[in-house]
Amino acid sequence: MEATEILFLIIAAITVISAAIVAFSNKIIYAAFSLLLTLFGFAALYVYLSADFIAVSQVMIYVGGILILILFGVLMTQRIYDVSVKSERNPVLPTLLTAIGSAVVLGLIIFKTPWRQVADSGYAPITERIGQAIMGDFLLPFEIASILLLAALIGSVFIARAEEKK
Amino acid sequence: MISLQTYLIISALVFIFGLIAVVNKKNAVGILMGVELILNSVNLNFIAFAKYVDLSIKGQIIAIFVIILAAAEAAVALAIVLNIYRYRSTIDVTTVDLMKN
Repeated sequence: MEATEILFLIIAAITVISAAIVAFSNKIIYAAFSLLLTLFGFAALYVYLSADFIAVSQVMIYVGGILILILFGVLMTQRIYDVSVKSERNPVLPTLLTAIGSAVVLGLIIFKTPWRQVADSGYAPITERIGQAIMGDFLLPFEIASILLLAALIGSVFIARAEEKK
Repeated sequence: MISLQTYLIISALVFIFGLIAVVNKKNAVGILMGVELILNSVNLNFIAFAKYVDLSIKGQIIAIFVIILAAAEAAVALAIVLNIYRYRSTIDVTTVDLMKN
């Protein structure tokens, strides 16, 4: 086994285990910091898939933006030193049914489908091709996404602002 | 050489953990974390298919748009959660049932 494959297995293990901690941890702050490891693991997996631009975007947007927002939400809404949490979770039976059902379906799809395997295309910088595609074929979705971001910005500021006293 | 199925298995595992977080947690911020896990696993699938099956960069473009949508969703959802916390002093999603009846 090559060194890159061993590193890949370590990264995959870190990603999956920290995702499990996010799902099963009862302390929400542990889940938030574990989500940090998961997002970094995904960025490393994107590098293995020769998606360098998306790996950097992942680190900047998810780790630098969304995770900070989530930590902000945790610290604003949760008394983190309050350990007497009575019922943190929903009943376990629907969760178990959902998890097993989706696991069976996804496992059947993954292992029964004859995937068309192509030769490894190697690692090449891809940012230039992404820029040309966004400015070419995907120009309309790009503009719509910018309008969506503006609307989300204004809407979230409007929702989250303090109510004026009359 | 790392095969396509390895990526699909990782993605499926993370997807199931995200689903468990969404269904099982009562904390609204925990549910948001589960949604982020699900979106990330879908992104991994898109990029893996772009490398191994499609051989173009359309999958990566779609992944970029998914990231944009996730950012917008997280901002709006956290604004709603903070507002709920201000009015009800809880973010337990099973007790916020004002529109139920």
